[in-house]
Amino acid sequence: MLNTRALHKEFGGVTATDRVDLQVTSGELHALIGPNGAGKTTLISMLSGMLKPDSGSIFFDNQDITGLPAHVLPGLGLARSFQITSVFTELCVLDNIALAIQAAAGHSFRFWTNARKDKTLRQPARQYADRVGLLPRCDDTVSNLSHGERRQLEIAMALATQPRMLLLDEPMAGMGPEESREMGELLKTLKGDKTILMVEHDMDTVFSLADRISVLVYGKIIATGSTEEIRANPDVQRAYLGTAADA
Amino acid sequence: MHQVRGIATFVIMALLATAPVLAYLGGAIFWIDIATRLVILAIAAVSLNLLLGFAGLASFGHAAFLGIGAYAVGIPVYHETYGGLDWLASYSGWVHLAVGVGGAALFALVTGAVSLRTKGVHFIMITMAFSQMMYYALVSLQDYGADDGLSIDLRSEFTGLNLDDPLTLYAVCYGSLLLVIFLSWRIVNSRFGQVLVAAKSNEERVRALGINTYRYQLVAYVISGAICGFAGVLMANYTVFISPSMLEWSRSGELIFMVVLGGAAFLFGPVFGAIVFILLEFYLSRFTIYWHLPFGLLLIASVLFIKGGLSGLLTFSRAGTPGASVAGNPKE
Repeated sequence: MLNTRALHKEFGGVTATDRVDLQVTSGELHALIGPNGAGKTTLISMLSGMLKPDSGSIFFDNQDITGLPAHVLPGLGLARSFQITSVFTELCVLDNIALAIQAAAGHSFRFWTNARKDKTLRQPARQYADRVGLLPRCDDTVSNLSHGERRQLEIAMALATQPRMLLLDEPMAGMGPEESREMGELLKTLKGDKTILMVEHDMDTVFSLADRISVLVYGKIIATGSTEEIRANPDVQRAYLGTAADA
Repeated sequence: MHQVRGIATFVIMALLATAPVLAYLGGAIFWIDIATRLVILAIAAVSLNLLLGFAGLASFGHAAFLGIGAYAVGIPVYHETYGGLDWLASYSGWVHLAVGVGGAALFALVTGAVSLRTKGVHFIMITMAFSQMMYYALVSLQDYGADDGLSIDLRSEFTGLNLDDPLTLYAVCYGSLLLVIFLSWRIVNSRFGQVLVAAKSNEERVRALGINTYRYQLVAYVISGAICGFAGVLMANYTVFISPSMLEWSRSGELIFMVVLGGAAFLFGPVFGAIVFILLEFYLSRFTIYWHLPFGLLLIASVLFIKGGLSGLLTFSRAGTPGASVAGNPKE
């Protein structure tokens, strides 16, 4: 569903992404792991159009999307969530989701009707809030939400753009154990329904949820395979799991 | 919390509607003059607030739009009186409005298309540069008095309205202010407005949702410029005189002060700002010709110590939140 070919990106001589070939097949939950500084976020940023690669190409549904601007991709069915929670804190939960629905509905050049009283926005927004377990908090301003709840909202917003594929950048980042467990449950409900490429540090989550895993080290993909294959791979153990276990 | 501000806003707007009129009828003719200028500047500031307060775009070039609106009255009237440029020459207020608002919108479209490719300080500088370009373009127009400006022989003609009457002119300006605030309120709460407010808080995130923020900001820039051009048309009818000094960059700064002073992201904030600005200007300039000095100090103090501007004072919420919560719900 999503393929990259020899994707390459350098920042002033530092190679962040080194000729990466990544294949995410339709319907799978594909996890991207790697030690800090391996270039995971850089890769996600290129896939979501936030960064332009130096060379190589990205295909989504056999369509070349290399270098397309970020705002075009959700329309093709590719949505992303952010590592650093970036929901709109001044607005309430429903406003945030409604904005995503607005975006999916095409243009927003409507100047007169009050968007907060628009049933075609508010009702589906409630459904998405419910889906991620935020319904009780849907009228609260986001600045009053806990970190975990904001991350749930991120997912709700990504879902509200009605994507076929989700790019999730560390959905568990900064969460406590209880919040992580809830997010894990949420991701489980999405699995199979949407194709997902997920960057994640939490190994328990990755190995319990992922269908396949790719390991990124110094910008290179050193292994791709099922959870068992990755566990058994000596390169991965040396490069990543060993150090992670020490830490 | 918002109730206090709502009541204060109502009282202030009611005072603004009645006090100058009563003073005028009572013989104090001078005050309606001050109030007219105040209300026109408030309209310009409301237009700026749409960008600065709600979309987070600090335009430092709004004086250009005021100037375009004013020259859109002065130039057609000049030619109707002295001949030349027959296609433009007219005393009709509708022509002045069409040229002023249309011209300002067009100028906003062209300059905005370039300016909005930049962010932050660069955006401030480039909007100011475009405004200065317009300023020097008008300075070079010898026909219209260049530096010295041009007296407007006749005010815009509207059937049934005599703008020569100070009360009528004031009523038109005050009504326009209410209309423009109402318009802004609808816009801010619309789908369009939601995109602007969200992009102010996190533009990259809005793009990641699939929205091309540039197009929305450009349309906002054009709307704001058009409204400010409208204020310029009124301004020319108030001063009956146009000169490039209406477009000086310091005028753009004054509009920003009004917005910030009154409380950005609150619909009536710029009106508060304009009131304080005009009254301070009036009283301080009576004490000393160096009135800009205490004036500047007061402005700095207000920005430093009053979070959310004057309207922020009235909400008693914690620092930073008033403007923010208002952006979400201006009518509460």
